[in-house]
Amino acid sequence: MSADQIFSWKNRWFAGSVGITAGLLVASTLGGFIVLPYLYPNFEFRGAWDAICSAAGIARASSSANAIQPDYKISTVSLTSDMFMRPSPEAIGRGATLAQQCAICHGPTGISRADSPNLSGQYAAVIYKQLVDFKTGARVNAVMTPFAAPLSDQDMRDIAVYYAYLPRLPAYHPEQSAQPPNVVIYGAPMRGIAPCGSCHGTLDNKAGSPWLEGQAAAYIKAQLGAFASGARRNDSGGLMRNIARRMTPEEIDQAARYYSSRPSFMTTQ
Amino acid sequence: MISSRRLIIAHFWLAFAVFGLALLLGAWQMLVRSPLHNWLSDPEWYYRSLTAHGTVMAYALPTLVAMGFGYAITESTLDQPLVGKRWAWAGFGLIVVGAVMALIPVALGRASVLYTFYPPLIGSPFYYIGVVLVVVGSWIWVALMSVNLRVWKTRHPHAPIPLAMFANVAGSYLWAWTSLGAALELLFQIIPVALGWKSTLDAGLARILFSWTLHAIVYFWLIPTYIAYYTIVPRAIGGRVYSDTMARISFVLFLVVAMPIGIHHTFMDPQVGAGFKFIHSIFTAAVAVPTLLTVFTICASVEVAGRLRGGRGVFGWIGALPWKNPIMLAVAFSFVMLGFGGAGGLINMSYQLDTTVHNTQWITGHFHLIFGGAIVIMYFAIAYDLWPHLTGRNFSNDRLMRAQLWLWFIGMMVTTFPWHWVGILGMPRRMAFYDFSDPAISPQGIYVTFSAIGALILLASGLLFLFILATGQRTAPMEAGAYTFARAVHEPAAVPAPLNGYALWVTLMIALTITNYGFPIVRLASGYGTNVPAVYVGR
Repeated sequence: MSADQIFSWKNRWFAGSVGITAGLLVASTLGGFIVLPYLYPNFEFRGAWDAICSAAGIARASSSANAIQPDYKISTVSLTSDMFMRPSPEAIGRGATLAQQCAICHGPTGISRADSPNLSGQYAAVIYKQLVDFKTGARVNAVMTPFAAPLSDQDMRDIAVYYAYLPRLPAYHPEQSAQPPNVVIYGAPMRGIAPCGSCHGTLDNKAGSPWLEGQAAAYIKAQLGAFASGARRNDSGGLMRNIARRMTPEEIDQAARYYSSRPSFMTTQ
Repeated sequence: MISSRRLIIAHFWLAFAVFGLALLLGAWQMLVRSPLHNWLSDPEWYYRSLTAHGTVMAYALPTLVAMGFGYAITESTLDQPLVGKRWAWAGFGLIVVGAVMALIPVALGRASVLYTFYPPLIGSPFYYIGVVLVVVGSWIWVALMSVNLRVWKTRHPHAPIPLAMFANVAGSYLWAWTSLGAALELLFQIIPVALGWKSTLDAGLARILFSWTLHAIVYFWLIPTYIAYYTIVPRAIGGRVYSDTMARISFVLFLVVAMPIGIHHTFMDPQVGAGFKFIHSIFTAAVAVPTLLTVFTICASVEVAGRLRGGRGVFGWIGALPWKNPIMLAVAFSFVMLGFGGAGGLINMSYQLDTTVHNTQWITGHFHLIFGGAIVIMYFAIAYDLWPHLTGRNFSNDRLMRAQLWLWFIGMMVTTFPWHWVGILGMPRRMAFYDFSDPAISPQGIYVTFSAIGALILLASGLLFLFILATGQRTAPMEAGAYTFARAVHEPAAVPAPLNGYALWVTLMIALTITNYGFPIVRLASGYGTNVPAVYVGR
């Protein structure tokens, strides 16, 4: 039997296998695209074509009513892992000049003596995001907001790459806790808390998350408190608000003390 | 007559050597995640190990076994030396290079993305390129299987293709088509991002392309096992294949229905329409047809052996079976595990029931029971059966072989049953750490402990297996004779043309792939605006 003879309706193998396959396909298509959509209790279709499009996965027009707008400004920054990967020396130089105005709180070398964050060696994406959020009002701080207001987007990028360019200097760290607290290293899976270390260093780093080693305990604690209370709301998708709300005061305390006591040069770039 | 012994034994040894390493990693993972061990305090080590375990077990082991067994089948059933032996060595070389290239970044923690890749996670490009080389190496095998069959057919234009070879080539065609999905995902989505040419990719499309590979690959893993069921088991226990036609129909049905069903892996994915999920669910159910055909035919074939050995009555033939024969034991264990695993699979493939077990440890239990249990235990049987023909040495350590098979069976049951159970209780899979001090899950600790003990039993069995094979290469030389396959009760004098070739079935396979995958892939690929930034790991 040649190929022509196999692919012929007279051949019962061909007719049978194609017929059964096509029958199964037609029956399951009718089931999936017509019958099942009409069985959904909560969906109303404007007709069979609407049901078919829905079952095919084509996005339906969303409700005509206006989406609920939050009564506060949300962060508009979008970050990718490859941002700021190869900054130009000119950008770093410009950033160094612009950063002189930051030195009063963040220290002339980017190491603060005022419980403000240490910025030397911080990820550029982190500094850029916070500056943009201060400027747009997504994050509000009586001191930082006026500083960020006059900066252009290029200014903020340059300041960010300048601080990222500085070496991570060891800050004052009075105690060395031997064992990281559970919330840093395990998180609390049953409460939906990922380990701090899975984004903020120690285990891994994710774009937009600052490394925390050597930061002031008072600062970390204040920010976790602000996330928990909703006073600070510029975290993407409410990520930190959801975590901080579920942390106990003891865990906040442990995490803040642990990170502040870690030497920053221990982190990996 | 098997003449390419070195080629075949190289495939088997590489397969089982990496299998031993991956088994060690698997047992270690079970142990450190159980209450028996304090946690490592770093999930990265767990995922690193898991990536290596999955990559070896899913890509290297079954591909190498299918290839080595395929070459053995080609030479022994067609009774002609392998055509393209240099190409076969080249394919093997590509797999060695690919495996080394992939596993070095994994060992360094530069590619802890799991064997299913999970974009937008992006690891070292060497990992993905290594996997591609492994797949390309196996495509050489696919081509060689086809070429060898063609050479034989020109010499024997009207003869039926021997069953083992017919199934072997069906498996190779299935692999060629199903590996295309992951290849497209790697070449067009992941590798450009890993090399830094792009920084975004469509994770939804990548998942759909991977599902193209991910389910049918299971049937590619299964084909050597099914070949062993049909063509080794009846011969080894002194029986006959109950129906040669049923066997051929089973294999061609796998070719048709293995492909258009992969979206059942993405039942929870929002980027696929519910209608397509339903179609894939129905076609997954169709896999029950070749599976049940096989269960029936093999049980009947085994019954033939039991009755030939003097068994009487409705069940009397079971006692008359040669239970001391390791192959008999392996097929019995394999069927028990296939039965339980298949029953669990009915839950997974059902669009509604799947929601209760999706992404839980139930799934991990399921595929370990089916693949690690039902399939791999027959890989052991294949190796035991072939070994004297490959080494030319005496190989009669039946007691050790039986002990090894018993340990594997018990270990797999002890590992996977508690896994299924904690899955029903809601324990998620792919977690590096469970906080058993939490009262909500502390009662599950005992089941996880059982599972970990099962993993240690499996490790012992795996090491025993390697020991048996190694000692089989040091015994006294012996002429094992020609390697033969089981004969049918009614030996085929002439086979209907559609069952003596693949044209009809490959056409149906491709047609169903287009109907069931075409629209979702085209829609997602045509700029639907669903690209997401890559998340680089290990940098």
